[in-house]
Amino acid sequence: MTLTPVLTDTWDAERSWTLDAYRDRGGYAGLRAALAMPPGDVVQAVKDSGLRGRGGAGFPTGMKWGFLPPDDGGPRYLVVNADESEPGTCKDIPLLLASPHHLVEGIAITSYAIGCRHAFVYVRGEVLHVYRRVVNAVREAYDAGYLGTDVLGTGFDLDVTVHAGAGAYICGEETALLDSLEGLRGQPRLKPPFPAVAGLYARPTVVNNVETIASVPGVLSRGVDWFRSMGTERSPGHGLFSLSGHVTRPGQYEAPLGTTLRELLNLAGGVRAGHELKFWTPGGSSTPMFTAEHLDVPLDYESVGAARSMLGTRALQVFDETTCVVRAVSRWTDFYAHESCGKCTPCREGTYWMKQVLHRIEAGEGADGDVDLLLDLCGTILGRAFCALGDGATSPVTSSIQLFRDEYEAHITGHGCPFDPAAAALFPYPSRRQPILAGGAR
Amino acid sequence: MTTTADKAAQGAAPAPVETVTFTLDELEVTVPKGTLVIRAAEQVGIAIPRFCDHPLLAPAGACRQCLVEVATPDREGNLRTMPKPQASCTLEATPGMVVHTQRTSEVAATAQRGVMELLLMNHPLDCPVCDKGGECPLQNQAMTSGRATSRFRDVKRTFPKPIAVSTEILLDRERCVLCQRCTRFSEEVAGDAFIALQERGADQQIGRFDEAVLDFDVPAGAARPDATGAPFSSYFSGNTIQICPVGALTGAAYRFRARPFDLVSTPAVAEHDSCGSAIRVDHRRGVVLRRLAGEDPAVNEEWITDKDRFAFTWQAGPDRITTPLVREDGVLRPASWVEALELAAEGLARAQAAGGVGVLPGGRLTVEDAFAWSRFARAVLGTDDVDQRARVHGPEEAAFLAHAVAGTGVGVTFADLERAPAVLLAGLEAEEEAGVTFLRLRNGVRRNGTRVFGLAPFASRGLRRLDGTLLPAAPGTEGEWLRAIARQTTGELLPARVDAEPVAAVAEALARPGAVVLVGERLAGVRGAYSAALRVAAATGARLAWVPRRAGERGGVEAGLLPGLLPGGRPLTDPAARAEVAAAWGVAPEALPDAPGRDLAGILDGLSVGQLGGALVGGLQLADLPDPQHARTALAAAGFVVSLEVRASEVTALADVVLPVAPPAERAGSYWNWEGRVRPFGQALESAALPDHRVLHALAEQLGADLGAATALEAHRAAGALPAWTGRRTPAPTAVPPVPAPVEPGTAVLASWHLLLDDGALQTGEQFLAGTAKRAVARMSATTAAAVDVFDGDLVTVSTDRGGITLPVQVTPMVDHVVWLPLASAGCRVHDALGAAPGDVVRIAPAAETPAPSEPPGGAGTGRGGAR
Repeated sequence: MTLTPVLTDTWDAERSWTLDAYRDRGGYAGLRAALAMPPGDVVQAVKDSGLRGRGGAGFPTGMKWGFLPPDDGGPRYLVVNADESEPGTCKDIPLLLASPHHLVEGIAITSYAIGCRHAFVYVRGEVLHVYRRVVNAVREAYDAGYLGTDVLGTGFDLDVTVHAGAGAYICGEETALLDSLEGLRGQPRLKPPFPAVAGLYARPTVVNNVETIASVPGVLSRGVDWFRSMGTERSPGHGLFSLSGHVTRPGQYEAPLGTTLRELLNLAGGVRAGHELKFWTPGGSSTPMFTAEHLDVPLDYESVGAARSMLGTRALQVFDETTCVVRAVSRWTDFYAHESCGKCTPCREGTYWMKQVLHRIEAGEGADGDVDLLLDLCGTILGRAFCALGDGATSPVTSSIQLFRDEYEAHITGHGCPFDPAAAALFPYPSRRQPILAGGAR
Repeated sequence: MTTTADKAAQGAAPAPVETVTFTLDELEVTVPKGTLVIRAAEQVGIAIPRFCDHPLLAPAGACRQCLVEVATPDREGNLRTMPKPQASCTLEATPGMVVHTQRTSEVAATAQRGVMELLLMNHPLDCPVCDKGGECPLQNQAMTSGRATSRFRDVKRTFPKPIAVSTEILLDRERCVLCQRCTRFSEEVAGDAFIALQERGADQQIGRFDEAVLDFDVPAGAARPDATGAPFSSYFSGNTIQICPVGALTGAAYRFRARPFDLVSTPAVAEHDSCGSAIRVDHRRGVVLRRLAGEDPAVNEEWITDKDRFAFTWQAGPDRITTPLVREDGVLRPASWVEALELAAEGLARAQAAGGVGVLPGGRLTVEDAFAWSRFARAVLGTDDVDQRARVHGPEEAAFLAHAVAGTGVGVTFADLERAPAVLLAGLEAEEEAGVTFLRLRNGVRRNGTRVFGLAPFASRGLRRLDGTLLPAAPGTEGEWLRAIARQTTGELLPARVDAEPVAAVAEALARPGAVVLVGERLAGVRGAYSAALRVAAATGARLAWVPRRAGERGGVEAGLLPGLLPGGRPLTDPAARAEVAAAWGVAPEALPDAPGRDLAGILDGLSVGQLGGALVGGLQLADLPDPQHARTALAAAGFVVSLEVRASEVTALADVVLPVAPPAERAGSYWNWEGRVRPFGQALESAALPDHRVLHALAEQLGADLGAATALEAHRAAGALPAWTGRRTPAPTAVPPVPAPVEPGTAVLASWHLLLDDGALQTGEQFLAGTAKRAVARMSATTAAAVDVFDGDLVTVSTDRGGITLPVQVTPMVDHVVWLPLASAGCRVHDALGAAPGDVVRIAPAAETPAPSEPPGGAGTGRGGAR
């Protein structure tokens, strides 16, 4: 297996984020190709390419665009979800930092295809440097005539607004994102109506992930066959795989879908030297975890699903044998409790309770039945919460208990954590093995 | 009532309702398309537990308590079970759907138990001291869906308790289950969001706003600002207490006062406005402890104003008159009923001989009382000098009411308002003067796109929340506007000074089938306005309804408590009408007066110059009258005054005989609301107090007459004995609006109306409610303010030769050369202090000296956003 640098192709260029660098590598050829076609043909090309949503759910992109009702003369919107916040997921942020024009070109093509005259990019608010890059790229594109009135002399008008969120995980959920973009409190909306029918400002709206839209120019400039030559039959194309954790060379690896962690680890120099793989997430913290058993599971939507997890955002967090799974899950659960929007009872109250139980277990204050209690709580959240983020909060807990129940029990019966966090840390960290006395010198 | 027979506008036979048939716990259920599963379950008697769901609010799906197991047929018709249990409060029934609730599905039951466990884990176990305990949906549903013991052994979420949302509403956040019913009510129904969700996750809570963010009318009183300086401003906030499914929102007045299971509940009708809102009076051992909204889908749905909810202490205050009083040596002393009635009868007989008795029943009577008063005046005292109006009034209004209101039955209804394409409000601030009417109008605006036009000097917050269009009218020019609309419709020339564009827009909107014109009692002060309103209705085809403020006014019109008007809309001057009335009352037709009598102003004039020998006065406050000072001297000069009152008042202080009567809670009766709908209510409290009609009956007996009102039933039948008049009606008034005079420098035209919460007599004794009243301000445009050199927040004195009122200025986008004051708020009794009425010219000037601030804590400050 080799890498297939498409979105990452320009990352090594000098000042790769500039329009010039992007054009040097053939940028905006896709837009020119698209503008020469009727919009319907562009939608069809994306349908034919089999491009699936790269934000996690993997919904076929062309089909999503096709859900828009017929043009009624009113506005319709494209909203790009750049609110990347899932623990472990780090693909959109580096992409926007290194090569924002992939997205801008994709926005122009997509807007042309779906009849949108005003597109929005909802950028996670904490990453100010990324926001600046995107704003700058949009400005460059306006100046070059790729955006604004009469794009490339075709009579097509497009405005792009880049909006910075205020830092809420829930705003990555598409309907909460729309509410937030409208200036309301970011909480998920009741569906139906779906955004395709009544989204932003109650108008037909397509909400897509950054990487999805950034992948569109390649389909147009290099063709459907080129795109389908990568990946598998039902999960075609290239994708960013973000390796993090106990990996020799962490980072973004762009490869065809269907690659395996074993192949990716080979490229990344393997697990941290002297250690072995304990568990890993295929698609971020809200996807059920895998172990070394799953090193050869092809990383495409179907195969990962068949192995009872989800491809998600291809955020491969790798943990070696020094890692306490209870501790890792506890930290993830802290995140979900902190980021629960509060709208529905299961997610709001369930994560609050799970967080306390996990902290208790890690601190050696677990009680008999706590593990079953956690499973019960996950059962009450999973499928009962208002939106999918509640479900996601249960995945690490249930999957880790399935795989490492003994380790949970050991915490409870042994009244404490058998691991030393310092051993798992990739940076200096006080060891639990060397007790620090109160007031003692470090 | 209907002035134009517009039955076609109400639509022909309703279109057949499309239905859906599906299966619910093995029952086949057929419901209208679009019905939510939880509603369908209610219809077949299956109770699905729920918190956030409320039938009058949009679905939220937030609490997840109502989860059910659902299967739907796929394209081939094979039933497929949905992988997740579904919230039945957001799920519409579809054909062939199979739903299993907790009764037949372990999946649904488990899901509900799980959610209940999560809801209870952070909920305090303070049910024994919680107001809601005993009537609490959470408590009840915890019994059906909860675990007996909690598995939660961790740290509960707590908050400092409680926070005061206002002086009236307290919020215990740790009890809150975050169902958002309160915030959704305030957004969707009342439109005056004063609380909202704040923070997120487990820290999410209901909280208050910063007033700077919102468009608030700053409350007067001790509406305490919170940490962010946010006061509170809502007339409907009490509804949130009632719909809170836990004890998170409680009323300050009722908090810790009673247990629900000790209360006796009596359905009743609110006495504070002419909407006839259904309420529930909860009492214990003879004391009313609270009032709740009753359910009446046709009238108030499930909402009432805060005044209807909280203002009931007036009925049992320390100033209640419990025995008859007679004047001896200039001083009132308690007397027996026998003595008092004898003295009253003697005195009235003397007064009758000495020129006659003027009858002022006041506008708050039940229909039964109103008919007794009307009969007492005409048949016993033989006079037509009777006028129920304790406000600005005039002969044009009397003619309008006799022509277009009396005896017309149910006309425009609340449902018609919701369906109307356009509604014109003339002389009516719906939120201030008829709160439930405002809510129903808002339903129409939100659901059906009703366009609202308001004829007023400025767009009030209420009009803005109706997305209303202001037709800017200085007081006194409303008639001109209405006349222009009528002329526009009939294609006549418009006067040159009229702005043609908005006139055309209103005329066009009102011409659409189903449009409504609502006129308020304030048009009585504008010459030509009622006449023009009738012309608008006739020209556009819009239906016309009269919305008075007081609960008894519509019933009083039916009973003929106006000069020249007999019951059922019968003109006094019509011999046939007199004959019908005489027959029903069992008197000779000659016994009834045949010439129209004096109205309120005429009666007071007659009393003060001795033309009238005495007065019989009901429940009215002299301070409410257009010229209170004149009324005081008139009653003081009157030869003999009998007062029927619940509580001591200015009138009782001037009366020779005071006969105590029962307040609404202590008697049965009925009101006619402005729709013309009869709103009967029962007696809540055991009481020895007598209603007006029994007192009048006894008084008539003393005078040798039979009033036919000895019992509640008899009095009620007496009202029904005179059905609506079918003969020739009183002709429509045809007054012409005057041309407004130019306004001199240093003066302005006075605009004024009653605020819902003010200094009214029926709000006494309720300090928590008083704290939510709006702060009195003098509103004027920037131009007007600049002309007298005052700035926003400065004190301005509005004066006449009678006196002055000094208030902070609130610069408001409004008609120039107009100053608006609240009509009867604390410290701003316009009629009393100025002897002026809306439309009069008053002087405005910067306050001579700045008085020491005397405002209550928290409400202090000047201008908008001043409550720091």
